[in-house]
Amino acid sequence: MRRLAVWLILAWAWLFGRRGPEEEKREPGREGPAERVEFDVGATRRLENVVIFVLLLTAAAGVGFAVLYVAYPDTQLLGATLGGALAALALAAVVAGKRLVPQETAIEEREGFGDPDEREQVGELLTEAGEGVSRRGLLLGAAGTAGAGLGVALAFPLASLGPNVDDEVRRTPWRAGRRVVDSKGEPITADRIEPGMFLTGFPEGASRQELGASIVIVQVPLDELELPPERMAGAPEGIVAYSKICTHAACAVSMYRHPKYEPTAPRAALVCPCHYSTFDVAKGAEVIFGPAARPLPQLPLRVGARRELICAGGYSGQIGPSYPGVRKQ
Amino acid sequence: MIRRAFRFVDERVGAAPFVKRMLRYVFPDHWSFMLGEIALYSFVVLVATGIFLAFYYEPSSARTVYNGSYEPLQGLLVGKNYASTVNLSLDVPGGLLIRQTHHWAANIFIVAIVLHVFRIVLTGAFRKPREINYWIGVTMAGLAIFEGFAGYSLPDDLLSGMGLAIAYAVGMSTPVVGDDFSFLAWGGEYPGSSDFWPRLFTIHVLIVPIILAGLIAVHLGIIMRQHHTQFRGGRATEGNVVGTPMWPGYALRSIGLLFAVAAVLVLLGGLIQVNPIWEWGPYEPDLSTNGAQPDWYLGWLIGGLRLMPPLEPTVGDYTVVPNPFWGGLLFPTIVFLTLYAWPFIDRWWLGDKRRHELLDRPRDNPRRTAFTVAFFTWVFTVFAAGATDRVYLLGDIPYVGQVWVFRFLTIVLPLFAYYLTKSICQELRERELRPLREFSGETEVVRERPGDPVGRA
Repeated sequence: MRRLAVWLILAWAWLFGRRGPEEEKREPGREGPAERVEFDVGATRRLENVVIFVLLLTAAAGVGFAVLYVAYPDTQLLGATLGGALAALALAAVVAGKRLVPQETAIEEREGFGDPDEREQVGELLTEAGEGVSRRGLLLGAAGTAGAGLGVALAFPLASLGPNVDDEVRRTPWRAGRRVVDSKGEPITADRIEPGMFLTGFPEGASRQELGASIVIVQVPLDELELPPERMAGAPEGIVAYSKICTHAACAVSMYRHPKYEPTAPRAALVCPCHYSTFDVAKGAEVIFGPAARPLPQLPLRVGARRELICAGGYSGQIGPSYPGVRKQ
Repeated sequence: MIRRAFRFVDERVGAAPFVKRMLRYVFPDHWSFMLGEIALYSFVVLVATGIFLAFYYEPSSARTVYNGSYEPLQGLLVGKNYASTVNLSLDVPGGLLIRQTHHWAANIFIVAIVLHVFRIVLTGAFRKPREINYWIGVTMAGLAIFEGFAGYSLPDDLLSGMGLAIAYAVGMSTPVVGDDFSFLAWGGEYPGSSDFWPRLFTIHVLIVPIILAGLIAVHLGIIMRQHHTQFRGGRATEGNVVGTPMWPGYALRSIGLLFAVAAVLVLLGGLIQVNPIWEWGPYEPDLSTNGAQPDWYLGWLIGGLRLMPPLEPTVGDYTVVPNPFWGGLLFPTIVFLTLYAWPFIDRWWLGDKRRHELLDRPRDNPRRTAFTVAFFTWVFTVFAAGATDRVYLLGDIPYVGQVWVFRFLTIVLPLFAYYLTKSICQELRERELRPLREFSGETEVVRERPGDPVGRA
């Protein structure tokens, strides 16, 4: 302990005991690439004390951070102490750099680039390589072929990164006869649905981690429902299901705009929150606003013996985002 | 002590001539030259905090039951990527501070880069002999945005999952090769491919950072070789560099800036919440939220996707160009190609092929400044359109009307910006060249040197 005190006093004496200003009396214009044009020695005892005080603050905040980390790791306090330590160190460095150390302005001459003689020599060195070689074109062609062959070889490990597209995008977990369940796994019955509400459905007993899995189910009065004739059978009692994945950019279409006052409000529509593609539920989910260009495909349903909704076939089109060559409908 | 240490090194590698040059290297002074340094120091903070995070993150979408300290999520089946990020945030001491500092650092890294690019194009610093370094810088800007997106996607929370779904759709929308490309990059369909997470992790923590670090080294190496540009005035000429030598003044100030940047980032990370993923919950393909916004530097792409009308050219019944291509891929490609072509455009348009070591002030070159402002106005208008959903939610301003207004502004504002900027610059220049043009008496204008603008030392 006494030893520590002695060290501290010695350190204090060393830090504060030195006289700053008169020590620096170098003559300007030292040799070097940059010519000195201004040189001010500006240190004062007071400035030195300020810098030392701020450096000690840094140390204190750093120790504070360590103590807090062990005793009470609260994010705000940790941030304040570590940030404070860094801020104090920044202050010390800037004050030292701008006020304590000699302030100097210097001029350095720029080096010009592109000496024509040297360039010529390099050109000669490069072309020397071809001296005495008669079939230069053929050799270069062969080298190019070698590169291309090696490139082909290297493309194959890269190509094996991804599986073949063809079947995977078209596969969905829906099969005719599979029941529609809600997010808790309970079968959804036709009686749970009424106009103005929408439910998210999943295939019973299948993974939900696929874009093709989730559907939205809404009910549209039968006299307002305008689907292609062959798809009307898949919407029993006006209960119609569409893929929940936006055909624009694969977000979940999770908003349902249903007008409360018929004459003035817009039509009932599903809206995607990502880029606001808007799909008319009564007209086969055709796009009425936003960047999507394909309707949401319909999943045909039927009503089972216990009024539960059952999948009656595959989607009417490709689910998920468009890709080159995807069918429009 | 310092002398002895240096003697040890010098006798072994002969460092004295090099170190002498380094210590006497001259930095011209201007506040706008700090922007690049801020980006550099943000990168330092990103690497330091990123190493810490990489030790805790698990790049796997395998399902696990969350049983950490955040009650609302307990018992939920989530991906290991999500669970490990929530755990490192809430159950590792100091973990949240480091994660939030990392996130803030990424945001500020890209702010600094964008402002730095803006400074470079406005002052003509990209001109001969600095074209190569400018192209390296533009490449780093693109990589930084990509790296930011990759990092922000890693937690697999609801917000980032929606972002990845959009990125997947944008990849799919590439004409001819889109579906193959997306499958190649994602290792199959998204979501669902378990190969994807280790890939994204490797790209974010290894591949892109190494490329960035390499490019930063080359960027700085070329700057040292060519020296900095400087503004006209004082003793500055095309043939010299006037400023503060590296040692000791500049080095101390720059170290001060390093710590100041780190301090601001740590304070932000400790005091201001960013991306609370436990509140968003894990990503499920059937979930999404309204008013969701990504990190700021992706706003321009969201805007591009939002503004695009439902245009999908078809041949017969088959789609040729899926819609996300326009806003998500073509738009940024045009922006970056324009940035890459900038030195050529400038040289061709202004007919100036000379070497330039002195910078232009924005007013010195009204046409370049006007073009720069118009170009950035264009990108910024699309960026602002990315926030239409928030404006709709907060201000109840109809979304559809906003989109139409922005479609119109995207075309009109840049033109307006061009003519406004050009006339402001011309007016400022006029005033300098003929300060007494409205004074009718007899005058004599004194210039220090012929051709110098009046009123500048």
